Amino acid sequence: MRAVGIVLAGGNNKRMKELSEKRAIAAMPIAGSYRAIDFVLSNMTNSSVNKVAVLTQYNSRSLNEHLSSSKWWNFGRKQGGMFLFTPTITAENSNWFRGTADSIYQNLHFLKTSHEPYVVIASGDAVYKLDYGKVLEYHIEKKADITIVCKDMPEGTDLTRFGLVKTDDDGRIVDFEEKPMVGSYSTVSCGIYIIRRRLLIELIERCAQEDRYDFVNDILIRYKNLKRIYAYRMEGYWSSISSVDAYYHTNLDFLKPEVRNYFFKEYPNIYSKVDDLPPAKYNPGSQVRNSLVSSGSIINGTVENSVLFKSAFIGTNCVIRNSIILNDVYIGDNTVIENCIVESRDTIRANTSYIGTPEDIKIVVEKSERYMI
Amino acid sequence: MYPSYTRRGDHVIKKEMIAMLLAGGQGSRLGVLTSKVAKPAVAFGGKYRIIDFPLSNCINSGIDTVGVLTQYQPLQLNSHIGIGVPWDLDRNIGGVSVLPPYEKSKGTDWYTGTANAIFQNIDYIDSFNPEYVLILSGDHIYKMDYEVMLDYHKSNNADLTIAVMPVPIEEASRFGVVITDDNGRIAEFEEKPPKPRSNLASMGIYIFTWKVLREALIATGDVPNCDFGKHVIPYIHERKQPIYAYEFNGYWKDVGTLGSYWEANMELIDIIPVFNLYEEFWKIYTKTESLQPQYVSGEAKIERTIIGDGSEIYGEVYNSVIGSGVTIEPGAVVRDSIIMQNAVIGAGTQLNKAIVAENVRVGAGAQIGVGEYAESQLDKKVYAFDLVTIGANSVIPEGVTIGKNVAISGVTTAEDYPDGALPSGGYIIKAGDK
Repeated sequence: MRAVGIVLAGGNNKRMKELSEKRAIAAMPIAGSYRAIDFVLSNMTNSSVNKVAVLTQYNSRSLNEHLSSSKWWNFGRKQGGMFLFTPTITAENSNWFRGTADSIYQNLHFLKTSHEPYVVIASGDAVYKLDYGKVLEYHIEKKADITIVCKDMPEGTDLTRFGLVKTDDDGRIVDFEEKPMVGSYSTVSCGIYIIRRRLLIELIERCAQEDRYDFVNDILIRYKNLKRIYAYRMEGYWSSISSVDAYYHTNLDFLKPEVRNYFFKEYPNIYSKVDDLPPAKYNPGSQVRNSLVSSGSIINGTVENSVLFKSAFIGTNCVIRNSIILNDVYIGDNTVIENCIVESRDTIRANTSYIGTPEDIKIVVEKSERYMI
Repeated sequence: MYPSYTRRGDHVIKKEMIAMLLAGGQGSRLGVLTSKVAKPAVAFGGKYRIIDFPLSNCINSGIDTVGVLTQYQPLQLNSHIGIGVPWDLDRNIGGVSVLPPYEKSKGTDWYTGTANAIFQNIDYIDSFNPEYVLILSGDHIYKMDYEVMLDYHKSNNADLTIAVMPVPIEEASRFGVVITDDNGRIAEFEEKPPKPRSNLASMGIYIFTWKVLREALIATGDVPNCDFGKHVIPYIHERKQPIYAYEFNGYWKDVGTLGSYWEANMELIDIIPVFNLYEEFWKIYTKTESLQPQYVSGEAKIERTIIGDGSEIYGEVYNSVIGSGVTIEPGAVVRDSIIMQNAVIGAGTQLNKAIVAENVRVGAGAQIGVGEYAESQLDKKVYAFDLVTIGANSVIPEGVTIGKNVAISGVTTAEDYPDGALPSGGYIIKAGDK
């Protein structure tokens, strides 16, 4: 592949409520055994984008821990590899990343010393499979300056959290609205861009000279009439983790056989850090229905329509329904949890109950003492 | 003047102790399970292979140099070990090395015995210039800190330390036992004694002072079938060199027979298992092929079972050990069984007391492990545990009835089952190997 990759993983989002206090969105656990960034990293390596920069900033401890080795995504190579860039103080600059364009500007050295002619820029918080090679073919065929991967959303989707685009018959973008209150179009930008490396360097440098920092507002929207910006419409599953609701439903989507088969059984695979946990254990009294269970879990109670992440302990007589239990959670006996997201490393006492509603998913952060494991 | 180069053993990177893992045996008492794979590569405990246990013990004990001696059917074993990434044994210096027999300028020998295999690899050990060499076998399930054993070896100024385990005295006649003095020094050995004088059974784990082992190997290594128990240890013992017994009181299981293999698996599903895989500080590592969580459907029922990653359960599973990537289709009922990686159990099939090896396809509506027990017609000693044993990559057609204590290997079709049935004690071996 003739492209380097840039993964924008610095973001935080107030709409993730308490879930984002602990971690960047790119480190949000997904589908039992993965984290959000695994999808973009796997797409990169599966598309033979072998040199990838990950730009992080907000609360990156959890993310850095996950990215402790590049070998899980097959990036442990002499040619290429994975580069982790966090903001640093330099002789010229002591700012944090002030925006997406600024984060690329502060690491422009990475682009200047690469030799690949193209750059794939993608955010680290979306769940999808995509061959960036196909997008690049389209980009070259259309003689585009920038290609944005887009998706047509079904009617009735809440579009206020997306960037919306309008294209002409050829696929060229003629209008772009960033997170409008009332959207005029139903095609959303997936936050995945392909651009020629030299053009990107030029645009980013000019942007910086004018003290502008945001890639979408200060490059895509400003240049939309000047540059040939095209939309590549992707097929298949795509979901962006930008609110508690989206996060909850993305996880529960994996209970559907078509979504599960698409991600787990069809090539190419999604890779993640290996945790070396023992098999999941179902003790007498366990009743599990329509749920995902990850390794290291021990189940003594009832679990329905839920996703259990790694090393969950479910006590006797518990009832867990329509909920997401994140990594390493201990739930004591006789506890009822419905329509909740239970934060990782929680310890929930016996004989308690946490009930949310399908419209208002409750986030449970409960750090009681853990007496036994 | 030439500069005098130091050898690597002379400075900090000297390896104090390296391990040699004997993984070349067939394990013929596991029947069709080892017809295509060496015993150490047989799956165990849902997602592991037997060799994961000694390899994980090594890295957890701080041993980062392991030679794995292979001979019988090494393909599966080689691809499992690779360069040792899962066990952190991919090292710049040391790490894991697979050591098969090799051609020499004068004659070519297979490994004819346990000690002969080490004898043929003296150069490998010498290249690390170790003080001590740990000899392990690849067919035991246990967790052991070899560093503690090494401390014991050093504090006794021993030439050889043998790990031993107390067993009930009435069972001691099945083992090689050692008779020790009050200080733990071994006075005598007895191999499977009819009237044992001690209940300390040898576990087949040895720490040798390399200088002593090297000398003994050079003296005895050419003997036909040179074996540690029969040749090397007696050689050292005869010379009155100090041999000590290191008593180990944890869980240890030789999974050499179908019965003990099945039992050791089933012990993992107890509510609080004697052998605990869930301890954070002594993880068992393995090569992970599937990462995704397992899916349990709305109709499934699971009790007293452990299940590996990525399996999909639509049927019922009780008292069983299920590997990774296994599919149990709707209506299937699995009881008291071991099912290894990527096997598929067809819809409505009943499976009782069976060991189903990797990639087996069992068709829909089959009845397996039913009827009255009968002695095996294939091998009474190997198949003596009332277990249906189905070898790797076998296919069982739909709708057949299969009795108890049966062995099947290879792709079978409806024609192989007269009247759609295979009676108890029967066998179908299609793959060629028995």
